[in-house]
Amino acid sequence: MFQIRIHGRGGQGVVTAAEMLSIAAFLEGKDAQAFPSFGSERMGAPVVAFCRISEKEIRSREPILNPDAVIIQDKTVIESARAFDGIVEDGFVLINSPADIETKLNNVRMKCIGATEIALEQIGRPIPNAVLLGSFAALTGVIKIDSVIKAINTKFSGKIAEKNIKAAQVAYERTLGGI
Amino acid sequence: MSSLTMGNRFGQNTALQSSSNRPNTLTSGHRACQGCGEGLAARCAIDAAYAAAKGKIAVVNATGCLEVVSCSFPDNSWNVPWIHSLFGNTAAVASGVAAAFKNKGQTDVRVIAQGGDGGTTDIGMGCLSGMFDRNDDVLYICYDNQAYMNTGVQRSSATPALARTATTMPNSQYSGSDPETGKNVPDIAMAHGIPYVAVASIGDLHDLERKVAKAINIRGAKYIQIHCPCPLGWGFPTAETIRIARLALKSGMYPLFEAEKGVLVGSTPIEDQIPVEEYLRVQKRFVHLFGRNAVPENIGILQKIANNNIEKYRLGGMSDE
Amino acid sequence: MLYQLEGSQAVARAVALCRPEVVCAYPITPQTHIVEGVGELVRSGQLENCQYLNVESEMAAISVAIGSEAAGVRSYTATSSQGLLYMMEAVYNASGLELPIVMTLGNRAIGAPLNIWNDHGDAMSARDAGWLMMFAENNQEAADLHIQAFKIAETLKCPIMVCMDGFILTHAYEKVDLPEQDKVDEFLPPYNPVFALDPKSPCAIGAMVPTTEFMEVRYLAHLRQLEAKMVIEKIGREFSAKFKRNSGGLIRTYQTEGAETIIVAMGSVLGSIKDTVDDLNQASSSNKYGVVSVVSYRPFPDEQIREALKNAKRVIVVEKAFALGRGGILSREIELALNGLNIEIIAVVAGLGGRVITKAMLSEVFQQPKNRLIFLGLREDVVRQEYKAVLDERRA
Repeated sequence: MFQIRIHGRGGQGVVTAAEMLSIAAFLEGKDAQAFPSFGSERMGAPVVAFCRISEKEIRSREPILNPDAVIIQDKTVIESARAFDGIVEDGFVLINSPADIETKLNNVRMKCIGATEIALEQIGRPIPNAVLLGSFAALTGVIKIDSVIKAINTKFSGKIAEKNIKAAQVAYERTLGGI
Repeated sequence: MSSLTMGNRFGQNTALQSSSNRPNTLTSGHRACQGCGEGLAARCAIDAAYAAAKGKIAVVNATGCLEVVSCSFPDNSWNVPWIHSLFGNTAAVASGVAAAFKNKGQTDVRVIAQGGDGGTTDIGMGCLSGMFDRNDDVLYICYDNQAYMNTGVQRSSATPALARTATTMPNSQYSGSDPETGKNVPDIAMAHGIPYVAVASIGDLHDLERKVAKAINIRGAKYIQIHCPCPLGWGFPTAETIRIARLALKSGMYPLFEAEKGVLVGSTPIEDQIPVEEYLRVQKRFVHLFGRNAVPENIGILQKIANNNIEKYRLGGMSDE
Repeated sequence: MLYQLEGSQAVARAVALCRPEVVCAYPITPQTHIVEGVGELVRSGQLENCQYLNVESEMAAISVAIGSEAAGVRSYTATSSQGLLYMMEAVYNASGLELPIVMTLGNRAIGAPLNIWNDHGDAMSARDAGWLMMFAENNQEAADLHIQAFKIAETLKCPIMVCMDGFILTHAYEKVDLPEQDKVDEFLPPYNPVFALDPKSPCAIGAMVPTTEFMEVRYLAHLRQLEAKMVIEKIGREFSAKFKRNSGGLIRTYQTEGAETIIVAMGSVLGSIKDTVDDLNQASSSNKYGVVSVVSYRPFPDEQIREALKNAKRVIVVEKAFALGRGGILSREIELALNGLNIEIIAVVAGLGGRVITKAMLSEVFQQPKNRLIFLGLREDVVRQEYKAVLDERRA
């Protein structure tokens, strides 16, 4: 089982990111479960969403306490949301930031990428979720970039889908090159 | 046989109710009180609807006097499809019935919701407003006897100013129902902009039948409120029901009018307005307004209401008709 | 066909496959996505021949369904929490009038204090309303139960509530196998009620019933609930045969063979419970723990539960609601079902108002239950401090 926790703010597509991740895994024939940190969060409030990916049936529904990967869509929530809590040894941390970030984490595989910048450049809107999924595919190898593209296509259509796919691909390539 | 009776029975203007062809949708044998205005109004209204819709109607009934007296197991006085659900949800149930017939392609089946003033203007107001809002294809008929008669004459929001009820008993400090309270549901219905709103009375049977027959074939939400004197609740002899209803009309206390899409389109003119005292004096619910301990200004309050009605609903012989 | 879907969307599509003719929608968290989903299917033409009404309250939602069902068409609505309480008068009315409405209950706590998260307080408030009540363990079952629900309800002329945990299921994306329309059509024939409002043959529905018959009417409703046990099992079997998948029925057992301790629960918490039981059994290389899922809460399957639990030494009931001043509700029903058997019964009240239930918490309480009535994860320090303050105030 591979468990992912996504942190960000309302309006950034955090829940949609978890959903698309689960769709990507589903398209690869895996079992996947995605769910938000249920609440009545409004635009701008910190939001958490979760995704589990497994070869076997997923039954447990507890929140993800020990993630194998954490995706940070907005670095300003790291402290208040305790975004790094419980990360497993050698886990992955993917942060939306053009510059590297200093953390106290040891034994994690960390990648910072300017996802908002890529989103603005490719999509024209500061929605970093699809970008980060492209990067996530490259960083972890848990899902394929093709599956991410298919997932984006199930969730969006037309120009929006095209632009998000392009953005995810750019992030994928940059992440591969940067490791 | 007087010529008046002859005229009523056989004349050109025969009311459906006085013809031998009346559908009798509410058959005799029901348990309404002697002289019940509501029972009479319901039979007249549903008969008229039945005739105008060629027998294709379905009726939803709120809890209340009418429901209790007309359908108590194992007896049923209704010759039409009829359902009683609850006190406050009648308009919504009727919306559901209308939606079902619409989906079955049977829009020729006309849906009626009916209830007393309590079930309409108080507890049923939310569902009624929702039905108006959605413009559901339902004719809602409110039989207005101006208090909760089924539970023993308690005040409703349709109770007139200064009337005595079990919960607005007059004493040395209070003169019946507070004149600052109450709501005008026909006006509220008009404010929803629904296709048709009318006020009728069992004191004018031709008008009542005409309004129901007109409303039943209009698509969308319709509201008709019918004045129904209650011998028990108002305190008058059971033979006086129609006369009291007519006194209400003549005094201006119950204005008859019609409105389409929120605009007043017609009203029944009052030819010889009578003072409100003539209407009030014959009812025990207003007895405290007269006699030794009466407050003289009170009659003036009610006269002012009647005069306002005449002006507001253009009853002063300036009818559009 | 397999889809990766939000639970609410899965249910909306399952409901649409059942071809409801009237759907009433009123928003309340966490149920709202379901009626939104059905509305979208109606507007896009995927669900044809359906009247979709945006109503002004839950009281109107259920009342519209009462009217449309009485006029003879299949009707559906959904609600949660306060919404269920707001419509409660009509909830009783629907069962009394024998109208087979299907309603989804996206389970949520009841306030005050206001809380939008999951527990079973809402469902428990309707336990004596004369409805059938079934609880889904996951979104596959939530979808499947709705397809069965229309058939069960219409067979028995009894409304049915399909309960699915708010947020935990309604907002979770997972794999759901949705059947093809033609197969659902084969399984669920068009609704054809014996009595309906019809000008061609007028009938009166909802008469006042006097003291001389009221008890008989209620007793017949009781018999209908008892009969429902057979109908639910039968339709569950039919469903399994047709769709090659076990969903529904009265109860489900998991690893109960030879188990000393059996955990009983309803709804989505069963997933975490099964994982925990697997871990415990694996660690001890034995089959010490088993699980019984209560799928049908109304009617309550006493005989089946007694049969499934009779050889256990201890039964731990994990329940998401309780009766103030009294204790567990589901556990009381289990006690009645096990009456006369020498089995220890522990009530674990958990997850109230969405309080997180972790496998670690479950594991601990399964191995060492400290009382007969346990409030899982209760912050005792907060309670002590607050209760002391209350007592101090009273003295002052």
